[in-house]
Amino acid sequence: MSPLSFFFEVLIGGLLSGVMYTLVALGFVLIFKASGVFNFAQGAMVLFAALNFVGFTELGLPWWTALMVTLAAMVVLAMAIERAVLRPLLGQDHMIVFMATIGLSIFIEGLAQLIWGTDVRGLNLGLPEDPIFIGDILVSRADLMTAAVAALLVLGLSLFFTLTRIGRALRAVAEDTQAAQVAGVPLGMIWAVVWSAAGVIALVAGLVWGARLGVQFALTLVALKALPVMLLGGFNSIPGAIVAGLLIGASEKLAEVYIGPYVGGGIENWFPYALAVAVLVFRPTGLFGSTGVARV
Amino acid sequence: MERPADTVADSAGRGVSAVAEPLLAVNAIEVVYSRQAMVLHSLSLSVPRHGIVALLGANGAGKTTTMKAISGLLRSERGEITKGTIQYDGQRIDRLDASRMAARGISLVMEGRHAFGGLSVEDNLRVGAFTRRDGAAAVAETLDMIFSYFPRLKERRRSHAGLLSGGEQQMCVIARALMARPRMILLDEPSMGLAPQLVEDIFGIIARLNREEGVTFLLAEQNAAVALRFATHGYLVENGRVIRDGLAAELASAPEIKASYLGFADEGMAGFTERKRWLT
Repeated sequence: MSPLSFFFEVLIGGLLSGVMYTLVALGFVLIFKASGVFNFAQGAMVLFAALNFVGFTELGLPWWTALMVTLAAMVVLAMAIERAVLRPLLGQDHMIVFMATIGLSIFIEGLAQLIWGTDVRGLNLGLPEDPIFIGDILVSRADLMTAAVAALLVLGLSLFFTLTRIGRALRAVAEDTQAAQVAGVPLGMIWAVVWSAAGVIALVAGLVWGARLGVQFALTLVALKALPVMLLGGFNSIPGAIVAGLLIGASEKLAEVYIGPYVGGGIENWFPYALAVAVLVFRPTGLFGSTGVARV
Repeated sequence: MERPADTVADSAGRGVSAVAEPLLAVNAIEVVYSRQAMVLHSLSLSVPRHGIVALLGANGAGKTTTMKAISGLLRSERGEITKGTIQYDGQRIDRLDASRMAARGISLVMEGRHAFGGLSVEDNLRVGAFTRRDGAAAVAETLDMIFSYFPRLKERRRSHAGLLSGGEQQMCVIARALMARPRMILLDEPSMGLAPQLVEDIFGIIARLNREEGVTFLLAEQNAAVALRFATHGYLVENGRVIRDGLAAELASAPEIKASYLGFADEGMAGFTERKRWLT
């Protein structure tokens, strides 16, 4: 195998794992865009979704029924969060809502484990194990399929945002909440939709990460993987989350392979943060983030 | 100083009987922010059907708070109407959520324009039609009607609203409010930061909308000279109270308005105090 093919193999492997970071980051970005709140509970939602899916399949439901039931559970959860947490805190400082999401994350983690128990469960999505060769480059088929699902999800979301009446209203709320309200857009409904969409993303993220790590409490920590992605891409940019996810996935693998041997390895875990901090020095809002410059 | 709302006659003579119930009646409201700062003290005003009423006053007098109180936006800023009522078309609206007003026929155009910068002009307008249930054809018809008033917006319908000039953005947000087919528009500082000719254009369009489409306007303006030229009635607000009201023509020649807001008096700033602009 030539050094060049090896480079591309690492690069492609890195990009594909970057897709998984993007998946988690998207949920954060969506909620941040629509309400200016960093949703600390996104990781808990990933766990909640994955546990529900696995739990329902273990009860004997076929996988697509389990998927639909879990989807419904995520929507119900979103509506409950809107009613019980967001609505009473309307008009409060973002920091206060952020703290509420910390409480929310503890609650959701507890609820999920109360219902389904704390055992580590395996999740087999039936994805093909054996890699394929493209030229002489080895590519994981499971990762390719994950990337395809993620691409479909992003495509679906962007169509929803640009073409539908609700999607347009959602962008309006993200731009200017009060102006959207006086135009007749009910905030509660929009938040319920946004949190449902974040729940759907959490479900997809929970399935692909659950299949890799097992469905267990540690799944909430995949949220940590999303943090440097958001720092790099900007908290309010969906394209930013995609590009930054891929960038971080690729660069951490390349750094591990090419720089790792000189510093004793283990680069993968801190490299994304170092990269994000380096970018922040030059672009404090991330590569794609906006500070909301307005003409007055 | 304050007259009970039901005795305010529509003296504009726009084909409405002189004793008609006003479209909007604000009855002695008191507004408190964060449970401690009282911003409006027993403020009353009324807007006759098909009228144009100007709300005048300096920075921080309470104009914007009044507009937000009427449109239901106070709650999201931790403000509260602690006393008084607001009636629109005979029904109380002071407990309604801001997002319900559009469907009732009231649209607020906020101070500082607030166009959705990242959305195209046309998408901005379509968001304005969010509450309409009368079908795409009717919405398209309104869009055409609006473009006939604002031909500039038609030219720029595909541009991001954030890239428009200040005047175009002001037109965009007025047009967005019109998309809901409102009976009443609350317009907060439409002239802010615009060149005199543009201000003239925008007020001209407001007058046409009032005449041709029958839209009722409540305008908050610091530019008293322009506002009183187009309005039928005016209210002068200071420190959260109405200190004078009457027909626009009378107000335009009233000494305290001339002195403080039109800048004609020799004494200049009599009665006018610089106030910190807060809670707007």
